[in-house]
Amino acid sequence: MTATAQAVAGAPGAPPAPKRRLARPGWPTVLLAFAGFIVVLSVIAAITGADQLTSSGTVGAAVALAVPIGMAGLGGLWSERAGVVNIGLEGMLILGTWGGGWAGYHWGPWVGVLVGALMGAAGGLLHAIATVTFGVDHIVSGVAINILGLGVTQYLSVIAFEGTPGGGESQSPPIGDISEVSIPGIGDPLDELQDKGWFLVSDVAGIVRGLTVGISLLTLVAILLVVGTYYVLWRTAFGLRLRSCGESPVAAESLGVNVYLMKYAAVLVSGGLAGFGGAYLALVLGNGYREGQTGGRGFIGLAAMIFGNWRPGGLAAGAGLFGYTDALQLRSSEAVHALLLLVGVLLVVVSIWLAVRRRVVGAAVTFVAGVVFLVWYAATDTLPEQITNMTPYVTTLLVLAFASQRLRMPAADGLPYRRGQGG
Amino acid sequence: MPADLPLTPSEEGAVIATSSASPPVQAPTDTAVELHGITKRFPGVVANDDINIVVRRGHVHAIVGENGAGKSTLMKILYGMQRPDDGTISVDGREVNFHSPSDAIDAGVGMVHQHFMLADNLTVLENVVLGSEPTRAGWIDFGTAKSRISEIAETYGLEVAPDTLVEDLGVGERQRVEILKVLYRGARILILDEPTAVLVPQEVDELFDNLRELKEEGLTILFISHKLDEVLQVADEITVIRRGTTVDTVDPSSVTARELAELMVGSELPTPETRESTVTDVPVLEVEGLSIRPAQSRPVLEDISFTIHRGEVLGIAGVEGNGQAELVEAIMGMRPVTEGRIELGDTDMSSWSTRSRREAGIGYIPEDRQRHGMLLDAPLWENRMLGHQTEKPNVNGVWIDRANARKDTERIIREYDVRTPGVDVLAASLSGGNQQKLIVGREMSGEPKVLIAAHPTRGVDVGAQAAIWEHIRAARRAGLAVLLISADLDELIGLSDSLKVILRGRFVADVDPGAVTPQELGSAMTGAGEAS
Amino acid sequence: MSTATARFGRVDVRRLAVSIAAPALAILFSLIVTGLVLVSSGDPVWSTLEQVWEYAKTPRVIALSVNQGVTYYLSALAVAIGFRMNLFNIGVDGQYRLAAFSAAVVGGSFSLPKPLHITIIVLVAMLVGAMWAGIAAALKVTRGVSEVISTIMLNAIATSLIAFMLGKVAVDVAGSNNIGTDPIDETGAFPGIPLIPDSELDVYGFILVAIAAGIAYSVVLGRTRFGYDLRATGRSEPAAVASGVSVKRMVLISMLLSGAVAGLVGMPQLLGGDSRTYSLDFPAGLGFTGIAIALLGRNNAVGMAFSALLFSFLDASSIILDINDISKEIVLIMQGTIVLSVVIAYELVRRYSIVAEQRRVSRELAAQRDVDAEGVPA
Repeated sequence: MTATAQAVAGAPGAPPAPKRRLARPGWPTVLLAFAGFIVVLSVIAAITGADQLTSSGTVGAAVALAVPIGMAGLGGLWSERAGVVNIGLEGMLILGTWGGGWAGYHWGPWVGVLVGALMGAAGGLLHAIATVTFGVDHIVSGVAINILGLGVTQYLSVIAFEGTPGGGESQSPPIGDISEVSIPGIGDPLDELQDKGWFLVSDVAGIVRGLTVGISLLTLVAILLVVGTYYVLWRTAFGLRLRSCGESPVAAESLGVNVYLMKYAAVLVSGGLAGFGGAYLALVLGNGYREGQTGGRGFIGLAAMIFGNWRPGGLAAGAGLFGYTDALQLRSSEAVHALLLLVGVLLVVVSIWLAVRRRVVGAAVTFVAGVVFLVWYAATDTLPEQITNMTPYVTTLLVLAFASQRLRMPAADGLPYRRGQGG
Repeated sequence: MPADLPLTPSEEGAVIATSSASPPVQAPTDTAVELHGITKRFPGVVANDDINIVVRRGHVHAIVGENGAGKSTLMKILYGMQRPDDGTISVDGREVNFHSPSDAIDAGVGMVHQHFMLADNLTVLENVVLGSEPTRAGWIDFGTAKSRISEIAETYGLEVAPDTLVEDLGVGERQRVEILKVLYRGARILILDEPTAVLVPQEVDELFDNLRELKEEGLTILFISHKLDEVLQVADEITVIRRGTTVDTVDPSSVTARELAELMVGSELPTPETRESTVTDVPVLEVEGLSIRPAQSRPVLEDISFTIHRGEVLGIAGVEGNGQAELVEAIMGMRPVTEGRIELGDTDMSSWSTRSRREAGIGYIPEDRQRHGMLLDAPLWENRMLGHQTEKPNVNGVWIDRANARKDTERIIREYDVRTPGVDVLAASLSGGNQQKLIVGREMSGEPKVLIAAHPTRGVDVGAQAAIWEHIRAARRAGLAVLLISADLDELIGLSDSLKVILRGRFVADVDPGAVTPQELGSAMTGAGEAS
Repeated sequence: MSTATARFGRVDVRRLAVSIAAPALAILFSLIVTGLVLVSSGDPVWSTLEQVWEYAKTPRVIALSVNQGVTYYLSALAVAIGFRMNLFNIGVDGQYRLAAFSAAVVGGSFSLPKPLHITIIVLVAMLVGAMWAGIAAALKVTRGVSEVISTIMLNAIATSLIAFMLGKVAVDVAGSNNIGTDPIDETGAFPGIPLIPDSELDVYGFILVAIAAGIAYSVVLGRTRFGYDLRATGRSEPAAVASGVSVKRMVLISMLLSGAVAGLVGMPQLLGGDSRTYSLDFPAGLGFTGIAIALLGRNNAVGMAFSALLFSFLDASSIILDINDISKEIVLIMQGTIVLSVVIAYELVRRYSIVAEQRRVSRELAAQRDVDAEGVPA
């Protein structure tokens, strides 16, 4: 390279000012944040006396509730990394619950899981055909799949479950359990430590116990799926090609990647994962299929995916967060009440931070919101059940409101693609 | 298919190293690519009609033609992205049938696209190995990939850091990644599609040096362009394509740029007229101290000031990405500014909305007509309204005045020679040149005081280009002030009354278009030298 | 210089045929699919269809269908306003229920002369609907949150909110386990129209409002400056921005409008039904049907009217299926299939017509070129 070439390399055609990108947090940062979160929770628990916030029961439930959300989100991740927006995850989740309930009743829970995943994948196939082959708008197709998922399962329920013992037209008969595992030996000591009520120590004991005792085998499968997703998508040729379809399908096609095939594969996997999540919901969390048991978790999973910046690690964190709020809401309205204090304090802290950075409007809005939450906390003793039911949905909105702008979704996400449109 | 390392000169067998000076006489077995009778039809148009080209190995073979002549389709066929309806292709003496780019890659054909086909969010390495990843036990072998890329980069002088995200690279670097991509796959025949479209003269020289190095290593290069002087500089043979068919294959040493242009267009070119100055001293658009300084990064515009008078065309030259697009958006009110003043006549419009600025008399020919200038799925008469949907004759109070809008569209079609069967045709059905003529007609019809023209003849055929220039000149004679942004140096020099150069968001030079040469202008644009 | 296309008045016959082709194909396809589902579950196809057809023709069913169609039509209008702007207002469901609840509470708490009473109730409904949609719009405009997810979340929140508030203000509904809001007095009842002969069931008077809304939708979007801006933003946001449209303003206004129309969805039932109260079994899910109808009717005021009637007939006649031991959820399957197949059909028809148009334009241009062959070659 000549000297002028070197000089010229950086200067002309200067790239436009780089967009503010959220850097991937390294392990130290993540651990620190997690630790900080635990400390804050312990403080709140101590102040409000809502020790359910950090109890092993809550944490165990949180992990379990996080799985369907996380699986739906993982499905969304696979699909969107290949450029296909998948709003139909809720419908695929529903299909999964039905498959789990039906096959689980006839042939046992493990077959239920398999069939649930397959049914979810069938929904994925439909979505793929509509969006990839026919170029239908991704959101419209997703909405249609949701309608179909609901209709098909309702229709089939009448045929399959009416007259079965314990079943009816909107639920399947109860199904046997999937075994759980625990790390041996530490369950009881931790339980004692938790009961002692010591600040931070008991809280940590409770959290650790929740994470290590009574974990369903399927939860382990789910964790493997998340880790496996990272390795497949970022370390294999298949994964690179799939991601390239979501970033620049014309580049991929020009290099001989079969974009249609990749998208089909991604959406099928997406449906399968959602179906697995649905089967988990029916078999581990519920007692078989029950109409309406998904409760919008498909959409919450999408929010977890966005929160995680379309990466498996972030997705897991997001799912954990949503699972946690879901668990609190189910187990202890006192704890949800305590959450009000937590959110209020967080909002006030954020508003101070914004004010320091001279973002006046944002600071004012967050401050007011924070005060509202604090006042609400102070003025009430408990929250009525219907309000606590809203917790996961409100959390989703808040998370999206804060996170949406700094994130980077795959560049060609949601864009229709037709072969030969490059060049 | 794992990529083989390209052969180094010492390993290569007998290589015919031709210099660009002497016209080679070769036996047929030394042809790298042969195209015979290639024909391709699309609904409504014959893109390629009986194309015949013979490319000799170790040559730089240029293919020239106007926009719409069929060059891109031909290259897509050669690269396997399209199938020809008729005709044969031979590579290295063997007849081939490409069903997809993979087949072409396997045969050693590599394409460097005009619009870079790179994924911004992936690294250089990921972009280069995509589709031909080296693997070990199922995982991508990043180590092997990196070493291969470094080897190729060194051999051909294409420096680039493998772990950088492509979006952080500049234009020249991205092009190097594109070339790296094809060399990584063992391409012996490179197709370069309008490679100099986004480069300045100094970068073009570098590219040509690289091409000469590649030639010495025995590679064959097909070079598609419509920049005739560059083609004459670098090519060993030139094939001219017009209206989808091959007109002639000539030897660059025996032909002038003008003769080539006439072969391309098929007739005598109009000679540029000498113009008398129409510049008055009445300022129409005054911009002062305009700056855009985003919070976390480099300033996009820094202290931009200029004045355009009635009857004046102010041209702004600069490599893409140095702030021109942002300047245009700032003037149109489409982008917030950190500080500065914009005055139209005597009025300060700095805080006005885009709509108000348009209504006050700013016309806008956008750089990307399909994204910013048209509604592709709407009929022509609705497109005529775009940008002027609050003015007569398009509207009447709160209602759309359909009848008058249609009549006015018909007038524009007549006066600006827009080729279309009617006003109800969807804009997407028109050719690029006709779309642009419609946009020019629409913007001129609003009786603008200032016209912001960003790359007004990009992607437009020579005939339409001449017509648009004439319209701009006529409007200028009538008192219009024009801000002209362009990458076409001939257009800038030919149309402008005054010419400034923008680099990294600042004006760095003020030149006299009547006296400056493209080389001097290029130096100023890259900051490598001083222009007068 | 207009083209020689077959025109009937101002209607382009070719374009009309093309636009009807897709929904017709879709309906046919879903009939086939539904038939297959019935066959595979052992239900008799032909006699089922026959029975449904016979039942559908009875005056009572016709009246029921028209009434339900009015509701569906309003829901589709609300969704369509968003669709024209490329916004997906999936939150119509939550918006109309919250609106109906609020309107019922307000309306039941006082009594005024009839025109005033009704007007206030309707205005409250539109206001609440607009406000609920406005939350999603504000989130999108200020924080870039996708309106798809936010409206869905708001639906769920609305459900909980209504359940909570109903618990506070409700009274028992006579003769059942149901609780509902304080019934609105007779002065708030929208008079019915005995439109269908031989039926003792009146058609909701609100049908007039629905028709007016449809006309307003068509006229405002197609003939006004605001409508042009809205459609332009939906077609190409960058082009709209360059032409002076403030996209944020547009998003806000169209979501508010969409929410306001959504607020009307519950009104026919609330003001025209027997009980004039919002109770636990107030119809739900109308928002999703609205999406299906808007898609089927291609966001066109007339198309959506036909589609609304089709869906409502399907719904009303499905009662007969129950009596014959066929799961009436088959109707849901049919509706879902219609949605998917109609969008696929539209895509196919669109591709075909683009190719056909390009061909036509080239042909006509070539013909023109031959005619003025002496012209300047530029």
